[in-house]
Amino acid sequence: MNWDYLLSLFMGGLTRGSIYALIALGYTMVYGIITLINFAHGEIYMIGAFTALIAIGVLTLAGWNGTAILLIAAVAAVVYAAAYGWTLERIAYRPLRHAPRLSALISAIGMSLFLQNYVRMAQTANFLPFPNLIPEFAFLKPVAHIVRSSELVIYAVTALVMLLLTLLVRFTRMGKAMRATAQDRDMAMLSGVDVDRVISLTFVIGSAIAATGGVLIASHIGQINFYIGFLAGIKAFVAAVLGGIGSLPGAVLGGLVLGWTESFFTGYVSSDYEDVFAFLFLVGILIFRPSGLLGRKQMEKV
Amino acid sequence: MKAEFKKSLLAALWFMFLTFPITVVRVNTIERTVAWRWERLIWIGAATFILSFIWRRLLHRKQTGRREVSAGEVRPPSRWKQMAADPRLKGLALSAAALCFLVIPLLFSWNKTILVTNALIYVVIALGLNIVVGLAGQLVLGYVAFFAVGAYSYALLNYHFAVGFWAALPMGAALAAAFGLLLGFPVLRLRGDYLAIVTLGFGEIIRIVLENWNALSFGPSGIDNIPPPGFFGLALTLRQTHIAIYYLMVALTLLTILVVHRLQHSRIGRSWEALREDETAAQAMGIDTTGAKLSAFALGACWAGMAGVVFAAKQKFINPGNFTIWESILVLCIVVLGGMGSIAGVVLAALVLVILPEALRVFADYRWLLFGALLVLMMVFRPGGLVNARRRAYAFEPSAPEKSERP
Amino acid sequence: MTPLLAIRQLTMDFGGLRALEALDLSIHPAQTVALIGPNGAGKTTLFNCITGIYRPTAGEARLQAADGRSTSLQGLKPNQVTALGICRTFQNIRLFGHMSALENVMIGRHCRTRAGIAGAILRNRRTRDEERQAADDSYRLLTKFGLARHANDPANSLPYGAQRRLEIARAMATEPRLLLLDEPAAGMNAQETQALDRIIVRLREEEGVAILLIEHDMRLVMSLAQRICVVDYGRKIAEGTPAEVRRNPAVIKAYLGEDESMEAHA
Repeated sequence: MNWDYLLSLFMGGLTRGSIYALIALGYTMVYGIITLINFAHGEIYMIGAFTALIAIGVLTLAGWNGTAILLIAAVAAVVYAAAYGWTLERIAYRPLRHAPRLSALISAIGMSLFLQNYVRMAQTANFLPFPNLIPEFAFLKPVAHIVRSSELVIYAVTALVMLLLTLLVRFTRMGKAMRATAQDRDMAMLSGVDVDRVISLTFVIGSAIAATGGVLIASHIGQINFYIGFLAGIKAFVAAVLGGIGSLPGAVLGGLVLGWTESFFTGYVSSDYEDVFAFLFLVGILIFRPSGLLGRKQMEKV
Repeated sequence: MKAEFKKSLLAALWFMFLTFPITVVRVNTIERTVAWRWERLIWIGAATFILSFIWRRLLHRKQTGRREVSAGEVRPPSRWKQMAADPRLKGLALSAAALCFLVIPLLFSWNKTILVTNALIYVVIALGLNIVVGLAGQLVLGYVAFFAVGAYSYALLNYHFAVGFWAALPMGAALAAAFGLLLGFPVLRLRGDYLAIVTLGFGEIIRIVLENWNALSFGPSGIDNIPPPGFFGLALTLRQTHIAIYYLMVALTLLTILVVHRLQHSRIGRSWEALREDETAAQAMGIDTTGAKLSAFALGACWAGMAGVVFAAKQKFINPGNFTIWESILVLCIVVLGGMGSIAGVVLAALVLVILPEALRVFADYRWLLFGALLVLMMVFRPGGLVNARRRAYAFEPSAPEKSERP
Repeated sequence: MTPLLAIRQLTMDFGGLRALEALDLSIHPAQTVALIGPNGAGKTTLFNCITGIYRPTAGEARLQAADGRSTSLQGLKPNQVTALGICRTFQNIRLFGHMSALENVMIGRHCRTRAGIAGAILRNRRTRDEERQAADDSYRLLTKFGLARHANDPANSLPYGAQRRLEIARAMATEPRLLLLDEPAAGMNAQETQALDRIIVRLREEEGVAILLIEHDMRLVMSLAQRICVVDYGRKIAEGTPAEVRRNPAVIKAYLGEDESMEAHA
């Protein structure tokens, strides 16, 4: 048995899984609060990556140095993704708050299609190279064939984001308002929670986290195009469902489990059917454990 | 007025900020140059300023409109609606439309005829999806998979067993329906949003399998030399074949319209609509929701399968690239634009959405952008579609005056 | 006489929460039984258990089928329960909003008609006759409920009281022998409630249908019910004739605990 190979697959799975987890957090938060799958969430992730790429391009040509570029690009990506998320909710979802779910879902698909093609037409349909901004850490040299420094950063950032989000939801006033809204929107409204604001904020936070993931993975893989959000979005959704949609730790767990299974599947079985595998996985979960690993069983109110 | 002006101005500024990096800046990493396209920012600002007025106006109208209806005020039907309700006029309009379609190959060029054939293929597919999404309310996103099943079943049956077109037509439909059931069983318990993603996954699975399973499908290179349909053993030129296929599609479209219309106004069709409106209530009123869903999946899929067979025969060559998620989304756009559940609307929308991008190249470039916007706008402002489906009115002889008419 | 519906030791748990505990209840043919109790006492949960929407944790409900045999409702789907002759209305009106009032009632006829896909496509004589018959039957029902003039209007455009009546008409179209009404008078004014009272009396007398009624309007309950069953925290705390229940100290306590006295209502 080749232990290095096994270990590299494990680390690769952890990388994928972390990114799925970062995107899945946004899905799960939005779903928890307005029970809508935000189909355009993957597009927000893509827009975050593009914004970073543009910032990097402009700053590099202006002669800035590495670390400053990294920071400014990351901030720009997060700010812009958050702004897009906020606008998206205002335009495509808020007017449909009381419409049938089918309508909101179709609107979400429309938004996803629109944003993809907006970037395709305003920028390009081709793949663009994305510079690796994370320096190679010297202490990782001996194990470079197993884990790269950009991956180490991905793990660290994912853990940090998860921690911050948990603190926010658990201990702040806003977090309390979010939990109240998720449980019963009407009751929350009656007890003085500004539900519209809570929903907006959920989109903003979810989008910002997705953009973080977008920048990290783009820098790790080294290229992006307008279409990257589509598949990543769907897989992150699978992760959210796997973990139990509506549950924050579930999203992370689901992301990691999906990342690892995918990594081992492509490493040991076949890479042709990588995407088929994720979908079959989804169907399997939904049939055998629709409430996910950490989700609670939902009873419909009759 | 001043407040409105301010709102629009804010919206314009916000969108200028939002679109600034992606629309204005274009970094060329190879030549190491940055193109600043400031003029775009001005366009976006101006457009947002105006659109913001319209947006708020429409939203306002929608909300006040809803209030009027909820107040129980019955508006008299408009002249248009009265005219549309007249069966004689309706018959006249239908025969005129049918006549138009019959003379198209005589009046227009070969290419245009093929384009209309394409549009009619989409009409049939969309009417099938309309059963699933419009009537039964099940959002199936990977619908193109059934189209692929139809096309590949003709191509493969012909390649391996020399099955002819006319035999393949019902077989393709039956196979697609079987796949509809196959998809239906595992997803029966899923509600709206899960169903959408799983079926989208199903569509992708079929495409990826077709791309990778070379032994079955010849992979990305596809299948060539698919024979056109035979028409009474006549030896037709290529051009004549295309015209024959055109008339075949007209006939198939009429058949689809007839069957879907009859299904819609039947016991089965009503159970689909009840399912769409409220699944729990439908089941409590005695509808076998499992059966209703499966029948909608199967009957919806079979039209896509049939259209797929014709598509393969018309193209002579198919590969997995013909059956991407975009086709599914285009068909969804057609159903949404046409008004879910309205046959006339769906037919009209299919013709518009397929023919317009071909006729206007400018439109073609912006096609998907516009389709995305279209889906959002339709849902926000006209969820019923452009053509409002009128409910069937039943006539009864006036019975004895009602005793307890007033509560 | 054997009861039409016999509920034995019915228990329903949601996670750690016990919504119904070992509940017994019998309903005889053509009898009207009222189920009362504070909000959250488990009344609607009982409906959901009987109609197959929830699967009870323990205990069962048995229905005296049309052929006289006793059938367990355990494990049946809602549509199968409806086919056996139990139909319900919903507390929060659940009509098929975009369909016309007539079509709503025709949905109720669904389980008593047969036409399938082939029939729909071929539209043969049998299908057409059946369709016409279903429309006529439904229209007759609408007339009976004073809704005939709304026949072709979308259900969600009907006035509130009419929507409540339409729900009952739709349920009656399934030819139930037991009708479950979940707060039919909720949100109605006094006049509408009176009309509802007359309708329910007529259903009982003309159709011979048994009724299980959840209602908070005590005047309606006292006027309609032959027996009253009081539940609180998922348990039956009293059962008897209206007069007996009114005097029962446990009932008074349960209601006073909620700051509502029976006398004030009655």
